Amino acid sequence: MRPLPALGLSVLALMLGSLTVGAAHIDLRAVFSDSQAMLVLLESRLPRTVAVALTGAALSVAGVLIQALVRNRFVGPDTSGTAEGAALGLLTITILWPASPLWLRMIAASVAAMATTALFLAVIRRLPVREVMLVPIAGLVLSGVLGSIVTFIGWQTDLMQYVGTWLMSGEFSGVISGRYELLWVAAIAAALAWFSADRFAILGLGDQVATGLGLSTATVMRLGLAVVSVVTAMVVTTVGMIPFVGLVVPNLVARIMGDNLRASLPVVALVGAALVLACDLAGRLVIRPYEIPAGLVLGILGALLFLWLLHRRPAHG
Amino acid sequence: MIRIDGVSHRIGHAPILHDISTQLPQGRLTALIGPNGAGKSTLLRLIGRLEPLQQGRITVAGHDIATTPTDRLATVMAILGQQTAIASRLRLAELVAFGRWPHHKGRPGPADRAKVAQALEAFALAPLAHRFLDEVSGGQAQRAHIAMAVAQDTEWMLLDEPLNNLDMAHARGLMRRLRLMVDEGRSVGMVVHEINYAAAWADHVIAMKGGRVVAQGPADEVLTESLLSDLYDTPIHVGQHQGRPLVLHHC
Repeated sequence: MRPLPALGLSVLALMLGSLTVGAAHIDLRAVFSDSQAMLVLLESRLPRTVAVALTGAALSVAGVLIQALVRNRFVGPDTSGTAEGAALGLLTITILWPASPLWLRMIAASVAAMATTALFLAVIRRLPVREVMLVPIAGLVLSGVLGSIVTFIGWQTDLMQYVGTWLMSGEFSGVISGRYELLWVAAIAAALAWFSADRFAILGLGDQVATGLGLSTATVMRLGLAVVSVVTAMVVTTVGMIPFVGLVVPNLVARIMGDNLRASLPVVALVGAALVLACDLAGRLVIRPYEIPAGLVLGILGALLFLWLLHRRPAHG
Repeated sequence: MIRIDGVSHRIGHAPILHDISTQLPQGRLTALIGPNGAGKSTLLRLIGRLEPLQQGRITVAGHDIATTPTDRLATVMAILGQQTAIASRLRLAELVAFGRWPHHKGRPGPADRAKVAQALEAFALAPLAHRFLDEVSGGQAQRAHIAMAVAQDTEWMLLDEPLNNLDMAHARGLMRRLRLMVDEGRSVGMVVHEINYAAAWADHVIAMKGGRVVAQGPADEVLTESLLSDLYDTPIHVGQHQGRPLVLHHC
């Protein structure tokens, strides 16, 4: 079975579908003669489609990495304090230096996301290993606490509008050319993780095995932390947090392909892209010409998928 | 040879090891025995750098474990700790293949693949090679982990209670395999709970109690009635079977 070509084709088909749907009526076959159609395509449709695909792919890979770091399948970048950390960083830099350049905001968001994710890792290190469910609960609690800190500061400084766009369910309607390119940074970070796929797979086998095989676990942890934080920070900055992708897609792929990450990471990226593309498309179609956020669609679909996964899971898992 | 010089260790405020100095001889199968809480596992884990060394010095085949890079050590010794419930979903073949990782760092060659196939065969895992680690029994997972350590193909092999979860046939198979490896010139150190496995297969025995080494030497010199009765604080008889000591504890 070769899943990659089939998945690649589905992603392409979904991207084509995404290019044809929108409020403006344009004929894609006439883009070369119709300058208005070309403008809509290049400035709005294409950026949005690419943004959706990149977000889905990068968040799913980040999900695999955070699950390998904490050795628990029930966490994702949206339930490990990472997104809230990124928002906290953005909020801080906005307050301290309202006119700060974009690159500085990016760095502030990434560094703060790294700090809160590291805090999450430090917290769960003290939990008993066998209590599998404590890890996601700790993640949810930490995310909740950080989220309320962000909300409190946002409220006090009258920046709730920003906070809303970062932490409420993410959506892509605001994406136009020039306002999504940070997502390429997320995609590149996720792609870099593939080169260390074996290391993350070995890390997932536990500290003992990893050390026995001569892996410097601290180095691999730092690398994973950096990738997860950069991916999440870029997504939060650009389109807001998209829930469930980073949780569901890694689980779905691991069920079928297992944890040999070198083989499975490309599949994870494609499935993630396809899932978010499908959800964004559905959100744009159900109440056309208006839309519902892709994050909302994913919230519903992702929750259902996750419940199904939980019930299909072998009893000893 | 593994040299242990003045090693002490504490976890929190509880002292686990008191100033241990001993050696695991080259080209021998060494068994670490002793009652629960004697510090055997801790000592093995310290040698295998699974725990940071607090005090003292340990060298493995001349490599100081405190200063040798960990990836270099992985080509000199393989260590198998006691398995915890890690729910990784690797196929058994993929797990065993990671045993070669210290050598090829991600680019396996034909020699690596041959060693992996050999290890799978040696532990009767070939029929299970494509099953997932979280879908096989505890004993099968344990055998896969041992096979991974064997595939690592190092001068030294350290095993912490490798017989856990193994049935009699597989336990004997493992000991025979280790014996064979030692006869081919490798060295093995293992923590053993069922003392007759040490009696039947070990060349060298280190007996520990309360964080100290109480006796060490060739198996038939250490496994005596008086010493074992003291070691385990319980009367123990030692008989003979096929020229090796046989420890009788059902009396």
